[in-house]
Amino acid sequence: MSEPTTGRPAPGAAVRPGQERFVAPLEETPLAAVDAVDDSAPTGGVFSEAWKQLRKRPIFIVASLIILLLVVVSLFPSLFTSTNPRFVDLSTALDGPSAEHPLGVTRGGTDVYARLIYGARASVSVGILTTVMVVVVGGVVGALAGFYGGWLDAVLSRVADVFFALPLILGAIVLLQTVRTRNVWTVALTLALFGWPQVARIMRGAVLQVRTNEYVTAAKSLGLSRMATLVRHVVPNALGPVIVVATISLGTFIAAEATLSFLSLGLPPNIVSWGGDISNARATLRTNPMVLLWPSIGLSVTVLSFLMLGDALRDALDPKGRTR
Amino acid sequence: MGWYIGRRLLQMVPVFFGATLLIYALVFLLPGDPILALFGDKPVSESARAALTAQYNLDRPFIVQYLLFLKGIFTLDFGQSFSGQPVLDQILRAFPVTIKLAVVALVVEAVFGIAFGFIAGLRRGGIFDSTVLFLSLVVIGIPVFVLGFVGQYFVGVKWGIVRSTVGGDPALVDLLLPGIVLGALSFAYVLRLTRNSVAEGLSADHVRTATAKGLSRPRVMTVHVLRNSLIPVVTFLGADLGALMGGAVVTEGIFNVPGVGNLLYQSVIRQEGPTVVSVVTILVIIYLVANLVVDLLYAVLDPRIRYV
Repeated sequence: MSEPTTGRPAPGAAVRPGQERFVAPLEETPLAAVDAVDDSAPTGGVFSEAWKQLRKRPIFIVASLIILLLVVVSLFPSLFTSTNPRFVDLSTALDGPSAEHPLGVTRGGTDVYARLIYGARASVSVGILTTVMVVVVGGVVGALAGFYGGWLDAVLSRVADVFFALPLILGAIVLLQTVRTRNVWTVALTLALFGWPQVARIMRGAVLQVRTNEYVTAAKSLGLSRMATLVRHVVPNALGPVIVVATISLGTFIAAEATLSFLSLGLPPNIVSWGGDISNARATLRTNPMVLLWPSIGLSVTVLSFLMLGDALRDALDPKGRTR
Repeated sequence: MGWYIGRRLLQMVPVFFGATLLIYALVFLLPGDPILALFGDKPVSESARAALTAQYNLDRPFIVQYLLFLKGIFTLDFGQSFSGQPVLDQILRAFPVTIKLAVVALVVEAVFGIAFGFIAGLRRGGIFDSTVLFLSLVVIGIPVFVLGFVGQYFVGVKWGIVRSTVGGDPALVDLLLPGIVLGALSFAYVLRLTRNSVAEGLSADHVRTATAKGLSRPRVMTVHVLRNSLIPVVTFLGADLGALMGGAVVTEGIFNVPGVGNLLYQSVIRQEGPTVVSVVTILVIIYLVANLVVDLLYAVLDPRIRYV
């Protein structure tokens, strides 16, 4: 008996005697669909998944739009007002809102609205500068401590503890008092000096978790050097929590800069800043509270939008810290 | 447990020395002549300069100065400020006020934070929950000095409910408004922490068991959910007490509370190095001890955690 009694013979397939089942022809199997998957398409990584989730969240959209507006305002303040924020006309001092001065005039005779617009630049640039420095320093220290462990971890962690034991504002006050030239750079450097341990701690924790994953072992067994493993495989996968904490920190650094300027230990008076304006408006709190409220509102909305962005990013990027 | 405490104490030693050395270097190693600052515009006579230099060990090498300072700290001899006041007197005047203020803030944030957080956690996703969550974010977003001014303007000036500034030797009532302002930030954190903890606790096995064996809902919610959810909250509050003492610089400035924050700020502005390093050293010790206590508290509150 050479012909099978059941089923159809596969075209050209050699059929052994007694065989009752055979493999279906290729065009009839779903394997074709598997083969049809486009290999060159980008893989759905953590970040693209997070983006899909973020797009649908109103809190993320609102926060992003406010931050976008803030960046535009700080880059091109002259688009929003043609008044010079440093132009003084004492005869109009403390005037209420008018056509010329939509938000009124400060005690010093400057336009409140123009100062509100120009003040954004100081806050945003100190916030971004400090965050970049903190992420670089804290990220490197945290990654090295977490990945290599041992005595390096012990030393780096203790150094971080030392800086962590001094509260941000306290340390900044003491240091800035002795600094002769105070500008955006020195204020940002000071805040970064006392701010990096938090990022280092987060990074170290994340690296410790990622380090035990299979793909790290695979990279090691394929002969990749320790440093290359850290840079190419560990750090990219440990970045999620760091991005979250960096976004929230950006808000707190902006608040810290304003606090320092308010204590007259931050930016000097020749730089227009919300913190300095709030401090100047103290004297007229009882008679003209709105002069104080406008920069306060600008500051609060800025800090809040970074916090909201961080909150949304946490839900998307950091599954452990999810608020649910 | 004994071993754990020993190891933690050993870990605290380098942090203590590092932090005090750092602050000492920031104050005394950076440029600036404290004696010149003391005399202002007047010329300094040679003999006065020599006497002051000797009194504050300014002629010794930096590290010797630091060690002499540490010796003073351990023998409770804080020396004199440049203006001639004993630093210990300044500290003894300022700390009781700040402790009072910190306790007011702590009570406010604990009571309201836990109450709101508990209700929000029970009705997760509801209107109350969403509103409270967003409002807590707003509170975190408003810098403390803005909050202080708004509170001072409305409660103190416009409505006249309390005195808008505090002044010397304050009563607890006077510290209520500054305490609320100081505790507002932590209130938002306590609220969020409690809410998440309660929401998580609701789906725990022991809660289902308690419901299944017929306990009333209020009893399950208070004894089985709330009490267990409070563990992270209590530890947060413990660490916060240390943070509140140092974080009062701005609040005390706005409300004119004669506490540690005010003392520190005035000393920094007037370049009173001896006072600054002493106060910061005490704050570092408080911070370190508070963190140690919190870790130990964890083990006491949560029997599953045992340190070896």
